[in-house]
Amino acid sequence: MDPARFTRIDETTWRVEPHGAMRVPAIIYADENLIRDMDDKVYEQATNVATLPGIVQASYAMPDAHWGYGFPIGGVAAFDPDRGGVISAGGVGFDISCGVRTMLTGLKIADILTVQKSLADSLFRQIPAGVGSKGAITLDAIDMDAMLTGGAHWAIERGWGEARDLERIEEHGRMAGAEPGCVSERAKERQRREMGTLGSGNHYLEIQAIAEIFDTNVAAVFGLELDDVVVTIHCGSRGLGHQIGTEFLKEMVVVAEASGIKLPDRELACAPINSEVGQRYLGAMRAAINCALANREILGHYARRVFAHFFPDRDLRLLFDVSHNTCKTEPHVVAGKRRDLFVHRKGATRAFGPGHESLPEALRATGQPVLIGGSMGTCSYILVGDATGEQKAFSSACHGAGRAMSRHAALKQWSGRKIVDDLAAQGILIRSPSTRGVAEEAPGAYKDVGAVVVAGEHAGLARRVARLRPLICIKG
Amino acid sequence: MSHTAASVASKARWEHFPHDADVGVRGFGATAVEAFEQAAQALTAVVTQTPVESKARVEVNCEAPDIELLFVEWLNAIIYEMAVRGMLFGRFAVRIEGQRLKGTLWGEPVDVKRHAPACEPKGATYTALKVAADNAGIWSAACVVDV
Repeated sequence: MDPARFTRIDETTWRVEPHGAMRVPAIIYADENLIRDMDDKVYEQATNVATLPGIVQASYAMPDAHWGYGFPIGGVAAFDPDRGGVISAGGVGFDISCGVRTMLTGLKIADILTVQKSLADSLFRQIPAGVGSKGAITLDAIDMDAMLTGGAHWAIERGWGEARDLERIEEHGRMAGAEPGCVSERAKERQRREMGTLGSGNHYLEIQAIAEIFDTNVAAVFGLELDDVVVTIHCGSRGLGHQIGTEFLKEMVVVAEASGIKLPDRELACAPINSEVGQRYLGAMRAAINCALANREILGHYARRVFAHFFPDRDLRLLFDVSHNTCKTEPHVVAGKRRDLFVHRKGATRAFGPGHESLPEALRATGQPVLIGGSMGTCSYILVGDATGEQKAFSSACHGAGRAMSRHAALKQWSGRKIVDDLAAQGILIRSPSTRGVAEEAPGAYKDVGAVVVAGEHAGLARRVARLRPLICIKG
Repeated sequence: MSHTAASVASKARWEHFPHDADVGVRGFGATAVEAFEQAAQALTAVVTQTPVESKARVEVNCEAPDIELLFVEWLNAIIYEMAVRGMLFGRFAVRIEGQRLKGTLWGEPVDVKRHAPACEPKGATYTALKVAADNAGIWSAACVVDV
């Protein structure tokens, strides 16, 4: 994008004043290079979101923003139900509650290196990944509804997880307000055999080493030291979330028109929060959040089983589990008044600062861990929510590197086999059912995640705590 | 640009087109029906480049207020059957009557080793959605698929 299209407020804040149908400004947090590299679609989509009824303060885009569906990926927008605010299926995305969890192993790199290859092979066998992989769990109708209501609690009750994890999961492992009755039979059918599966695309399970510490004090509270090994899982609500997204997108196009909402783009389809469809979507979306929380808890359990085999005297402790495709009801202070807002984060991570009431005691003084996925072969980051984030973007931060290149272009440029070999030479073992999938997800197809997190730090969204480098990556 | 594995028949062909995070599918044909069938081939090619055998047949029905939304419904119906049956489809027949579509899919269960599935389509979207005939009367049907 041409930076001249914005008013530059400071080093990392770029603003579009309301014009045309925009009700609020659009604000993008990024450095100049990131802005130049962004697709023009980000400008278009961020300003389109600013036209939606009931939007509060501004339409925001994070430093990793790229072309999404209606909302930019990396988009954040809050709506007030008392002022005609809307909820948008596109503003949450197809993979509802896609997110990241990081677990501490208590191991050092040296412990892993001796068993790296057999650990990679074992994880690849035990973690169902990719199209055609089969999960070990089949849900009947009663179990399905219990899972959609119970989230990670349900998984733990069934023996797939540990109760101590709960305080380290967003919403304490269970999203309130989930309504399994609002989830279609087709969506449930799509999920019946998918619990405990990783999925494909950019989803992964990685074994990572702490390569750099930026904030020693916060790292100590998080339990991170140089050369420590962690397990990070990136995935979401699988087929259930996708089906809910698809069905409500279709329904909301009709509802938006009937409600007199003028959509600049059909993907922005939405419904008033205080409407029958809006409430039904909320019930279904919250059920999908529980599905994602349960799924990551189960995958974490599988990882624990594999680690227990290799390292019987160690256990895996959850650092945190946080989603980046959600709409959450949250109290925020706007112009000095506390209001309950519906905050959409599409490809953006909730990033509560120090003292936030929802954080567990152990993390309250530091702020919330913000888990930023890299791309296979490149680094990931652990950030901490900054106190200034509340004012900047309703306590939100980036979610990953963001693609710099389409899958199509990546396929032309790289061979999956060569990527696997090159990364192996760097000490990173990739296991995936598809070499083409590996090529599409080539590290070079993503933006520099380092630049993204530095921009977020300068913008006051979240600060860097640690950089992680991959040792093993299981790709779907 | 045409994909390396695209069909080379006179009008009936398909291609992928780029999207930042995902992939676009586009089918071409002498009729809208043929373009729908070709786009379905492009959808399968998102997952695998290995030929898919016609071992089983699945029927789908969908409905939408206009032909573009019907196209998205068609692709979503295929995505649904792929997901719940664990199948890939290599041959498609479509009938459109007004706002309704009847489709037949022929395919086989996913064989991870042989098909080496690259990624899983999550849903067809309204992004870059277009169903239309050009000046030469060649129909195309396209949209971005979230993967």
